[in-house]
Amino acid sequence: MAIDFLYPQYEVVRNYDRCIACRACERQCANEVHFYDPEFEKMMVDESKCVNCHRCVSLCPTRALKIVKTDHTFKENANWTGKAISEVYRQAGSGGVLLSSMGNPEPYPIYWDKILINASQVTNPSIDPLREPMETKTFLGKKPGKIERDKNGRLVPNMSPQLELNIPIMFSAMSYGSISYNAHESLARAACALGTYYNTGEGGLHQDFYQYGPHTIVQVASGRFGVHKDYLEAGAAIEIKMGQGAKPGIGGHLPGHKVGPDISKTRMIPEGTDAISPAPHHDIYSIEDLRQLVFSLKEATEYKKPVMVKIAAVHNVAAIASGVARSGADVICIDGYRGGTGAAPTRIRDNVGIPIELALAAVDQRLRDEGIRDQVSVVVGGSIRNSADLLKAIALGADACYIATSALLALGCHLCRSCQTGKCNWGIATQRPELVKRLNPDIGSQRLINLVTAWDHELKEMMGGMGINSIEALRGNRLMLRGLGLTQKELDILGIKHAGE
Amino acid sequence: MNYVIIGNGTAAVGTIEGIRAVDRDSAITVISDEIYPVYGRPLISYLLLGKTTEDKMLHYRPADFYEKNGVKTMLGRTVTKIDPAAKTVLLEGGEAVPYDKLCICTGSRPFVPPMEGLETVQNKTSFMTLDDAKRLNTMLGDQNDKRVLIIGAGLIGLKCAEGIYQRVGELTVIDLAPRILPNVLTEAPAAIIQKHIESKGVRFILGDSVARFDGNTATLQSGGTIDFDVLVIAVGVRPNTELAADAGCEVNRGILTDDHSATTVPDIYAAGDCTVSHDITADTDRILAILPNAYMQGETAGRNMAGGSTSFDKAIPMNASGFMGLHMITAGAYDGETYLEQDEEHYKLLVTRDNHLVGFIMIGDVDRAGIYTSLIRERTPLDTIDFDLIREKPQLMAFSRAERAKKLGGAH
Amino acid sequence: MKRVYVNEKWCLGCHLCEYYCAFANSGKSSMVKALKDHKIAPRIRIEERNNISFAVNCRHCTDPLCVKGCISGALTIVDGAVQIDSDKCVGCYTCILSCPYGALSTSNEGAIQKCELCAKNEFGQPMCVQGCPNKAIVYEER
Repeated sequence: MAIDFLYPQYEVVRNYDRCIACRACERQCANEVHFYDPEFEKMMVDESKCVNCHRCVSLCPTRALKIVKTDHTFKENANWTGKAISEVYRQAGSGGVLLSSMGNPEPYPIYWDKILINASQVTNPSIDPLREPMETKTFLGKKPGKIERDKNGRLVPNMSPQLELNIPIMFSAMSYGSISYNAHESLARAACALGTYYNTGEGGLHQDFYQYGPHTIVQVASGRFGVHKDYLEAGAAIEIKMGQGAKPGIGGHLPGHKVGPDISKTRMIPEGTDAISPAPHHDIYSIEDLRQLVFSLKEATEYKKPVMVKIAAVHNVAAIASGVARSGADVICIDGYRGGTGAAPTRIRDNVGIPIELALAAVDQRLRDEGIRDQVSVVVGGSIRNSADLLKAIALGADACYIATSALLALGCHLCRSCQTGKCNWGIATQRPELVKRLNPDIGSQRLINLVTAWDHELKEMMGGMGINSIEALRGNRLMLRGLGLTQKELDILGIKHAGE
Repeated sequence: MNYVIIGNGTAAVGTIEGIRAVDRDSAITVISDEIYPVYGRPLISYLLLGKTTEDKMLHYRPADFYEKNGVKTMLGRTVTKIDPAAKTVLLEGGEAVPYDKLCICTGSRPFVPPMEGLETVQNKTSFMTLDDAKRLNTMLGDQNDKRVLIIGAGLIGLKCAEGIYQRVGELTVIDLAPRILPNVLTEAPAAIIQKHIESKGVRFILGDSVARFDGNTATLQSGGTIDFDVLVIAVGVRPNTELAADAGCEVNRGILTDDHSATTVPDIYAAGDCTVSHDITADTDRILAILPNAYMQGETAGRNMAGGSTSFDKAIPMNASGFMGLHMITAGAYDGETYLEQDEEHYKLLVTRDNHLVGFIMIGDVDRAGIYTSLIRERTPLDTIDFDLIREKPQLMAFSRAERAKKLGGAH
Repeated sequence: MKRVYVNEKWCLGCHLCEYYCAFANSGKSSMVKALKDHKIAPRIRIEERNNISFAVNCRHCTDPLCVKGCISGALTIVDGAVQIDSDKCVGCYTCILSCPYGALSTSNEGAIQKCELCAKNEFGQPMCVQGCPNKAIVYEER
């Protein structure tokens, strides 16, 4: 119906002087944007199907393609933007909830970009990481409050189980189902090579990936998909997922068409059924309940593995974190509102939660104030885009960061935010075999290794400039940060001074 | 070790390269009554056609081939006798060449049946050697006006026709058989090729033969006459087995060899058109006078002469030929269950027997025919591949994933 | 010796190898000049069916039937690689008859063409490998 018509958001611009009609674009587009017209002997496009994923652009051997935003416009209106109007049309047509994927793209403030890093000059020497020791290794887990000795004066080992990270970066939870087998393999292999961890997400662990167990964090979420004894024992740590930054307060939904034989086996659910993770854990209604699950898991794994609890950054995150710390968890993971997802209701993704920068500062401060900071490590995620974000997060109090969107970008993701369609042209957020094979884990894992190694170099460079040579010395070192263009309230929450102070 | 090779064709090259794959140093002597370095005999029609030159032909192997391989050549010399007791080869003129291992690569010669009045024909030639081609070239001159009669519509006769059809006034091919290429093709594909060649101005007289010649006139059995200026006799070839037989080697139609290319006389090997091969597609012994076969037999002989142990047990009749732009590839036997695709200038026949592909004929589209050939040669059981798929067209898709991985991912 | 190897597990059927091959052997300075409005006749070819695809080109066999059967001596082994002298080739197709991989094909000029690992063109290393977006074609020692 005409009333449903929405002008395509993008235009595919083809330079016919360059196009050799090799049809790579056509063959590579799962959305069927490109097609060859034998009558005109020309490539043609249906741009209404284009999601702007750049697969065709990237593979075009003669650089004949580009995608541009359409300049078709509604009458200008600062309130009723084109987006707002189009969303109304879509819902008026469908009656359905709007779905989106990846992280919150709305123009909220990005605090990372309003925080500046210090460097040494004259009075405190900077360190050259190429010539002098510089350690970015760190350990996650509860640290003992005091040294214990036996009656003979010998040290009593009282260290809780720890995760050893060569680099303070881990790959955050993405389930097998939301991302492909090859994406998982890439992450797993890269985590092993880098000496860090990747996270199964709530989809269980494919049999093929048990070999990467020592570098795997196995997640237990509200749906308990794929959770069994071998699974818990396979990982280096167990993460209880209470919430996710992209969709705090709601559960997850993997549509049945993505539940093929492999996923069905891994998740332990019948093929073709929707995998619905409830919004809450139905056995957790209090910190005490959480504590029961934490200790159930510890009991099941003989207290050999750290148990992590992941929560979304929401308004009273500091108080919640305090409770989590007291639940017996070894690590608290906080996911900011820009964290990605394979699918979320748009309104929730774009309007629920708070920035990770503020959440992290508040949590770290609260735990310190309560004298329980050493009882837990703090890991943050939700849009760590580069090594500067990473460094700022550690200086704000994080022990390590989770990255996922950056990792997916390294694997080829072009942030077209169409994961929910299952037609990811880059072989990441899809289960269609012909698309999954587009991600060769030999290439993918190497790119992840490259990315994290590069960040590690940069991190060391910046730390050296600050005259700091270990993560321990950087963690919570807010004096190394200054705010720019922030209100006093924001500075207070972040616990940093304004630039110039 | 002292190796001697009689003959200097493709089988001889195979022998040399076979010996050198095992033994880099010992002396090799090649004796041939032709004066030329080795050349591919099938090239002579292409020489007349202008697709190659004498110079290129004579570079079947690089100019320094003999030197680099430490081969002493005795060209223009004729061997009169092999003395296996004394282990020597006797040459015309009395010279004796000693050998430790000998390979007979004497090839074949044109067969000229007795025909009445043949001696009265002035311009006549067979069509097998470079000298034949040069002779024919001279006889044709450059006026494009000669009337040529070719006796024999087999491969040699038709390749000759292709070589000269643009340079003649009139071209007639006559054969006693009722169809062209009687030894290579069945009726229907022969008709396709015949029609194509006829469209280029060549006339065929089939199921008939020349009763007698009278100068430049041939009188046919059927009664008619053909006037011609040049006569090409391409009836067939006969293997040169006399030397071998004389030396005590077992010979029937050709020299008998085992799968190591050894004859029945110790230290004497034989390869090429002078030998009998075992055709695995018909499970019979026959002469397979084809170049790849000659090379493979020669190479096998060479390796075994030099102390290796190599067997060649994959001989099959096969042929790739083009006639005036229409290509044909055939292999194997045509006896079995058939699968046929046919239209105007395209023909495909696949013949299977006992779960194996045993033969095929492809005319027109011959793309990737070697995949079929290899099914025959390797005796691939058809139930291990997707035969429906490969019937459509030759493709590796028909093999199992594991087999493909071996083919495309392994070193061969 | 380094050869081109194909792993169908990673082949996307994008056919870019064919285009890079055709370009590399065109002698032209850009792919657009080489291939625009041309039907390509590449030396590597994709087979595809039901989401399975893979490239096939000369395997550079150590014991090549095509070289052994070549009537003109146009096919030779140079440093382990099978090369063709198209000037010598008369187009008899005996190599097409012989090759178990179907890796030789006819060129527009009448002679046979085949993969020569880009040794004779200006690129010097196989361009199909360079052009493969997913490492389904690799050039390595095995």
